[in-house]
Amino acid sequence: MQRRQPGMAISGLLRNEQTLMSLTNNRLVAKTGMPKIFRFLLANLFFLVIGIGCFSQAQAQTKAASQRLVLTGSSTLAPLAGEIARRFESLHPGVRIDVQTGGSSRGIHDVRKGIAAIGLVSRALKPDEADLQAFTIAQDGVSIIVHAGNPVITLSREQIADIYTGRITRWNVAGGTDARITVVNKAEGRSTLELFLDYLQLKNSEIKPHVIIGDNAQGIKTVIGNPHAIGYVSIGAAEYEARRGAPVRLLSLGGVEASVENVRQGIFPLSRPLNLVTSGEPQGLARQFIEFARSAQVHDLIRTQYFVPVNAD
Amino acid sequence: MLTDKLLIGILRAGAMMAALVMLLILIFLMHESWPALSTLSIGRFMTDASWHPLEGAYNLMPMLSGTVLASAGALLLAVPLGLASALFIVFYAPLHLATLYKRLIELLSGIPSVVFGFWGLTTLVPLINQWNPPGASLLAGILVLAMMILPTVTLTAYTALAAVPDELLRNAAALGLSRWGMIKGVALPAAKTGIAAGIILAVARALGETMAVLMVAGNVVQYPETLFDPVRTLAANIALETAYAMGDHRAVLFVSGLLLLLLIMVLSGMAGLLEKQRHA
Repeated sequence: MQRRQPGMAISGLLRNEQTLMSLTNNRLVAKTGMPKIFRFLLANLFFLVIGIGCFSQAQAQTKAASQRLVLTGSSTLAPLAGEIARRFESLHPGVRIDVQTGGSSRGIHDVRKGIAAIGLVSRALKPDEADLQAFTIAQDGVSIIVHAGNPVITLSREQIADIYTGRITRWNVAGGTDARITVVNKAEGRSTLELFLDYLQLKNSEIKPHVIIGDNAQGIKTVIGNPHAIGYVSIGAAEYEARRGAPVRLLSLGGVEASVENVRQGIFPLSRPLNLVTSGEPQGLARQFIEFARSAQVHDLIRTQYFVPVNAD
Repeated sequence: MLTDKLLIGILRAGAMMAALVMLLILIFLMHESWPALSTLSIGRFMTDASWHPLEGAYNLMPMLSGTVLASAGALLLAVPLGLASALFIVFYAPLHLATLYKRLIELLSGIPSVVFGFWGLTTLVPLINQWNPPGASLLAGILVLAMMILPTVTLTAYTALAAVPDELLRNAAALGLSRWGMIKGVALPAAKTGIAAGIILAVARALGETMAVLMVAGNVVQYPETLFDPVRTLAANIALETAYAMGDHRAVLFVSGLLLLLLIMVLSGMAGLLEKQRHA
């Protein structure tokens, strides 16, 4: 009996509700002669529109009330910039910092057009970008990676170029086992690719890749899954994965071991500065932010992203 | 009467909205790709040496062929398998097994494409690599795509077969047809419109699928000579390069989007034509 009671109570409740609903329904239809449902829908729609209007207005007001800084550019630098921005915001209430990705070239473009106050550029400025000012906040290295099972420890720059242009197609020519090399290249437009091509003095059309990847994680997974692959990714990402036990090996270049430490010291050949870029001398909030990003207060953030802090002067 | 009018108004507005969204997308694509379309001749998208947008080479045809080949291959695998699965559920499996199997297929259709891609990248590609390097290849793309469209084909074919009137099947049985004879002579012809619709849905999904293919197909822009050569599809091309593309590069990526849309338009046009011929 005790078990049944709750069920009975519920069914009773349901029945009550049903009669209530049918009653109200009857009344509605009888009184107006037109289903209320459409009026109801229309009314809801109005409230929705008004609600959206109020909401966007409120948003606009908060925007106007606070100071806002827009950063766009390199996807390598954006996560770090986001972390720095969050710490900066907590120290300066009322400041909002937007970080958007889109590549170093977008950072340059947006700063020139005035869309962003600061551009995130993960390379040194080119000669035709002398109208901009760069502030280096960290160094990043690109490392050539192979599978840990590959006996090759080092490759010369010429060997790497030969492998990537398809003049060397088997590992035994470069001191490995007799297997076909799988060349992993990055998609066009990535700054890692740009740095790599610059180092080898090649054009992308000269490279004969077998796999083309997007981000670092995909590159590392591709090499982990293929014992005969060679690829290149950000050194921080590669060192992190290797330390966690992933079967990848970072090849030393020109006798210099590929490590974060050597990138810091500036002796690793495949490395690049991570820059905050402004058009002209930075003013106000942008200047504050750049000084903050170059101070020792953010070195821990830079290290957690596997980049190398530079000593601010 | 007022209700009718109101209802018609709402329905019209809804239909307009759906058509408008499609039109807006088309206009947007045209607008964004205009810088490329107006400065480059259309022929260059077919005759350039290769696809190196930063060096001014914009050949889209290898990617078009990659898209078509991957989808066709997936279809070649998924349609017989899906049809067989549907027949198994409807006509051969005992009831509890059929329910279980159908649930399984439904589950498969709910798996996000990134998961398929991830599985392909960590399991399928190394496997193919051991057989014939580099592993990331047209074959891997076809296999992953086939798995993704298999549930679509199976479930729509199942629905179509289950909707065949019992009367027809009973009559066939009364005529002494074998089970296979009944399936071939009665059930399949009665359900063919539904099955065809399912296949078209599957093709559309295969053509547009991005993440999974991006992760396993190798993304090298070339005409594949064997199943083991890597290919890049139009959708993967957009996903790979858009994030970093500026100016002309961006515009030609929108052209590849436009081409993909065109491909799907041609396909749905062909499907419509086929439908008409069948009825004529």
